Amino acid sequence: MASDLNLVEKSRVMDASAMNRALRRLATEIVEKNNGAENLYLVGIRRRGVPLAERLRDKIEALENIKPLYGILDITLYRDDLSTVGANPVVNRTELDDDVDGKKIILVDDVLYTGRTIRAALDQLMDFGRPKKVQLAVLIDRGVEHRELPIQADFIGKYIPTKQNEIIKVMLKEFDETEAVGIYHRSSE
Amino acid sequence: MTTEKPYRRRDLLGIRELAASDIIGILDTAENFREISNREVKKVPALRGKTVINLFFENSTRTRTSFEIAAKRLSADAVNISISSSSVSKGETLLDTALNLDAMAPDCIVVRHSSAGVPHRLAEVSKAAIVNAGDGANEHPTQALLDAMTIREHKGQIDGLSVAIVGDIVHSRVARSNIHLLTKLGANVRVAGPRTLVPKDFSFLIRDQEIESGKKPLEVCDHVEDAIRDADVVMILRIQRERQDAAFFPSLSEYSIHYGLTNERLNLAKKDAIVLHPGPMNRGIEIASDVADSSRSLILDQVKYGVAVRMAVLYLATGGSPASG
Repeated sequence: MASDLNLVEKSRVMDASAMNRALRRLATEIVEKNNGAENLYLVGIRRRGVPLAERLRDKIEALENIKPLYGILDITLYRDDLSTVGANPVVNRTELDDDVDGKKIILVDDVLYTGRTIRAALDQLMDFGRPKKVQLAVLIDRGVEHRELPIQADFIGKYIPTKQNEIIKVMLKEFDETEAVGIYHRSSE
Repeated sequence: MTTEKPYRRRDLLGIRELAASDIIGILDTAENFREISNREVKKVPALRGKTVINLFFENSTRTRTSFEIAAKRLSADAVNISISSSSVSKGETLLDTALNLDAMAPDCIVVRHSSAGVPHRLAEVSKAAIVNAGDGANEHPTQALLDAMTIREHKGQIDGLSVAIVGDIVHSRVARSNIHLLTKLGANVRVAGPRTLVPKDFSFLIRDQEIESGKKPLEVCDHVEDAIRDADVVMILRIQRERQDAAFFPSLSEYSIHYGLTNERLNLAKKDAIVLHPGPMNRGIEIASDVADSSRSLILDQVKYGVAVRMAVLYLATGGSPASG
């Protein structure tokens, strides 16, 4: 990952309130499609999927008065580029304390791009058991033309068509100074 | 003679070679591997296609099994080779054995040998990452790491703890690795045992560390009671029965009377003190049976954490980055 110093913001596509509205709509769509919050299990993909999953859980609870189960996936050990990247990346903890068997899993991530992260998350999830179904919720979908695997999102906060040399940054107060989504490109040095 | 190595490989030869931050990085990584052993499918694909050779020149059940399970839970192909001294006496030298194995392109060789320094020598000639699983009386780094993980799990941190190490210090690679690790992480270590089995001078152990501002990180106690008094952790070493013949102490029963960990002795330690033993235990000799079976004894936790520690070590040896907290 390039250091942030080399990134220049091209445009800001969402601010904090737009993000909040998008998440509210996602929560509504999730309970609508699943006929309520019964048996829902929100699973955030590290890092930025985690706070997004937490927020969706809280919004779903506010809508339905049921607190969905919640967990965290760290997909590092399931990456398909472990043998090609220079050094294996840092492993963080996976926390799926509740059994996934028979649950309706909502995988949550910030950006859907090539689909490879989601493939890794699906493989890992299946090692924990047999969910009833798995759906994918993302804040940003960069467009199907970037996909390297046949993977689509069920719930999309915002569709942002991008070029390959552009970078989408989802900034969350848990990790960043601000809450926003921006399109960046590398400064030509 | 040195061999060009892929830049990714990282040996684990001893705790002595590690900085405190390296040790913390391994322990944090191991924490994150723990959960894998509780899954329905206890396997992750991280080391798929990698080969780990467990090369054991000395008998071991626990350590070898632990390394083998760790490798398999990471999806590596684990090959176990137990070489008794008799087959070495067929004529092949250690280095030839190593070079032959190396020619089969393993990614990691886990080695145990009765002579100190063997892993270091292998590291010079092998392209694979070398992990020391015990070399003579020198080091047993993964044992110290799993002990540290057990202590952290129950005490939160190692810095500032008082740790008593009791038994045959002089022949113990477990003691040596633990003394390096615990003093590097800021614990106060007190050792006790028969005079014939405790080195008088520990400078060979801690020569790499400055003893700062009069603070003694390591203390040699004449009586086992002095070592145990107010300790947070009591680490009991195995008495190697084979050493009895060498007359380091008069008899096993005499050892048990003077140095065995009984409830009475353990009561001198802090109320919430924990007991560690690297196994296999001689019940009734270095540790009383009721102590070994009490809730303060964490011997089976040590074994459990051993798998997570070895998974972390194998992952890091083959290119992984340590967790940063």
